Amino acid sequence: MPEGYVPLFIFLAVAILFPVVALILAKYIRPDVPSRVKLEAYECGIQTASDSRARYTVRFYIIAILFVIFDVEAIFLLPWAVRYQVLGWFGVAEVAVFLVVLAVGYVWAYKKGALEWI
Amino acid sequence: MLDTVFFYLFTLLTLGGAILTVATRNAVHSALFLITSLLGVAGLYLLLHAEFLFAVQIIVYVGGIMVLFLFVIMLVNLDAAAAQRQFSRMWPVALGCVALVGLELFYFLGKGEPAFRIAAPPPVPEPTAGNTERIADVLFSQYLLPFEIASLLLLVAVIGSVVMAKKRI
Amino acid sequence: MLDSFIPSWAELLRFMPEIILSLVGSLLVMLEPVTGPKSKSMLGHVAIAGLIVALGATFVAHANPGAAFSSMIVVDGFATFFRVIVFTVGILTIFSSYQYLDREGSNRGEYYALILFSVVGQSVMVVANELIMIFIGLEISSIATYVLAGFLRDDKRNNESAIKYFLLGSFATGFLLYGIALIYGATGTTDLGEVRQAVLQSAEPPVLLLSVAAGLMFIGLGFKVSGAPFQMWTPDVYQGAPTPVTAFMSAGPKAAAFAIFLRIFVTVFESVGDRWEPLIWASALASMTIGNFAALQQKNFKRLLAYSSIAHAGYVLVALTARSEIGTASAMFYLAAYALMNMGAFAVIAHVAGKGETTVDVSDFAGLGAKQPVTAALLTIFMLSLIGVPLTGGFFGKFYIFKAALESKLLWLAILGLLNSAVAAYYYLRVLVVMYMEEPSARTENLEPMPMSLQAALWLPAAGVLFLGIFPSAVLEFASASARLLGQ
Repeated sequence: MPEGYVPLFIFLAVAILFPVVALILAKYIRPDVPSRVKLEAYECGIQTASDSRARYTVRFYIIAILFVIFDVEAIFLLPWAVRYQVLGWFGVAEVAVFLVVLAVGYVWAYKKGALEWI
Repeated sequence: MLDTVFFYLFTLLTLGGAILTVATRNAVHSALFLITSLLGVAGLYLLLHAEFLFAVQIIVYVGGIMVLFLFVIMLVNLDAAAAQRQFSRMWPVALGCVALVGLELFYFLGKGEPAFRIAAPPPVPEPTAGNTERIADVLFSQYLLPFEIASLLLLVAVIGSVVMAKKRI
Repeated sequence: MLDSFIPSWAELLRFMPEIILSLVGSLLVMLEPVTGPKSKSMLGHVAIAGLIVALGATFVAHANPGAAFSSMIVVDGFATFFRVIVFTVGILTIFSSYQYLDREGSNRGEYYALILFSVVGQSVMVVANELIMIFIGLEISSIATYVLAGFLRDDKRNNESAIKYFLLGSFATGFLLYGIALIYGATGTTDLGEVRQAVLQSAEPPVLLLSVAAGLMFIGLGFKVSGAPFQMWTPDVYQGAPTPVTAFMSAGPKAAAFAIFLRIFVTVFESVGDRWEPLIWASALASMTIGNFAALQQKNFKRLLAYSSIAHAGYVLVALTARSEIGTASAMFYLAAYALMNMGAFAVIAHVAGKGETTVDVSDFAGLGAKQPVTAALLTIFMLSLIGVPLTGGFFGKFYIFKAALESKLLWLAILGLLNSAVAAYYYLRVLVVMYMEEPSARTENLEPMPMSLQAALWLPAAGVLFLGIFPSAVLEFASASARLLGQ
């Protein structure tokens, strides 16, 4: 374990423990008097009309998959960014080729209207 | 010592998440447990000093692919799936496979290290740079061609997914 | 330090066919949205032109052999041979697609672009000298082919074909990747040459790990070439996909998968050959037997050819089992002949199929001999070649394979393979009988004349099959020379 990460893990542990402890503690010290009105949806909200797990339209899927693909592209740029100075113009050229190929797909998807909502 | 504690912690996270992923009935819960499992794997990468893979795991898998999973789950009719039998009738076959793999594992554990003689890792010079920098050094020099070809793979994926899913092309 | 990695002109030249095809594919993608619905075939012409230029660049690259890009790729006779196969398959596929796509109302530029990208993937596979390159090439080729298999999205069988191919294909790729990981673990490198050196020079080679890796890669590649016991998907996928795509799948990706099969098993796994030989032996026998006996029962012509393609994968696996130079050379020769005869046979099916592929049963071909004698004659050539009748490429393909098997003392495998070919003759000949002896079916009665493009997709492979059958020595010598270099 790289020693430098220990504070990070301590931070993570505190972040996880805090809500857990707070919720458990609250359960024991708060007054608990349920009634029908209290259990309803918040007063300015409206009554639930149907199940919240409705089926989505397939458009979300196209957007999500395009997001994943460009996410992967971004990951490839990360190592280039940290070594930018060493790689110099050679690196710029490599990344340019990479990005141009992906831009082809992006322009195509744009022209085809895959990014439009309606 | 600390390493060992963290190793078992992350392993627990990975395996526990994986078991809950296949054992829960609700597909959305499965997806959320899969996130736990993937986070555990990310932690293991960190233990191995593979910081770049750690970032990839979080950004691509936990961030991107899980969003995609959740969208796909919301696309399909889950009520029909939930009403079906939880475990397929093929479970004795699966059990047999698991037993076989388990036997194999114990056999190799019994034989010890010589059974998997792994090549000595190439001598790593004293780390003058971090993990991401070293990946950059090989990715943009020796592995230049696979890197460029990978863009073609992503292009095909863009075209393929839109051709398959878009209503009107 | 970086300067040494800037690719030289010679290196770019060795990779030029792939660069050309990627550029043309990207061009098609950019042109697609701006071409009118009537002129989509133009994009197909552009794709064919690109493939022809790439074919030319292949020969230029071959005149200048060697490794390139830190030995990620290597241009040798073996790579050139398979490049020519996959580019030719691409050209023939597009020729047989125009009429089909117009009939189905799906003539779109993406189709041609995906064919080109798939061909690029296969081409990367065959020139790759590095496991990661092989994997990326395989993925490009597979993903493009998954989409092509379901290209007619409103057709239920297309969807079935695409989803089956995709799910099983990605699962199989996982096994391949696992095998690659084990090789890397055992030797510390993914470069095929270095892996080979590491195994040869090691005092105690990691036999166990390598054997497990060979097994896992066999699963992954066995799926791609539809060798038993991983052949289950083949009939459904081949039947469901659009016929030109079926032709493409049965020739291009299969040849490329066999190319990496040969390259990996002959170079890297040669030292553990005794361990995987029985595996391939059994798989070869099972593929031949399952393919041929199941094909006997088929009424649907596409399914029949799907089972026959399993059987033919079995014959090539026989050549692999031989583990000799002549075995490798005969596998190469056979794959070339098989690609040509299969492309031709499927082109005839694409012609007869009709809208929505309603007439693809063998009985729908009744009377073809009377109504379109030329088409029937060409189909006869392909069927006879698939049987392995002398004067066709299929004959010499089988001849060299069984010769290689006998030289490697695989007497039983050769005998069982020959018996299998005799069984196979029955169902191929049945097609000919139906075509020539029976009264015309409703479909052949009013069959439209064959357009020029489809004629090209028939005449070219027919000429190729006859050339391989009458002058096999030129191609075989090239294959033998390449195989000798590969084994070094």
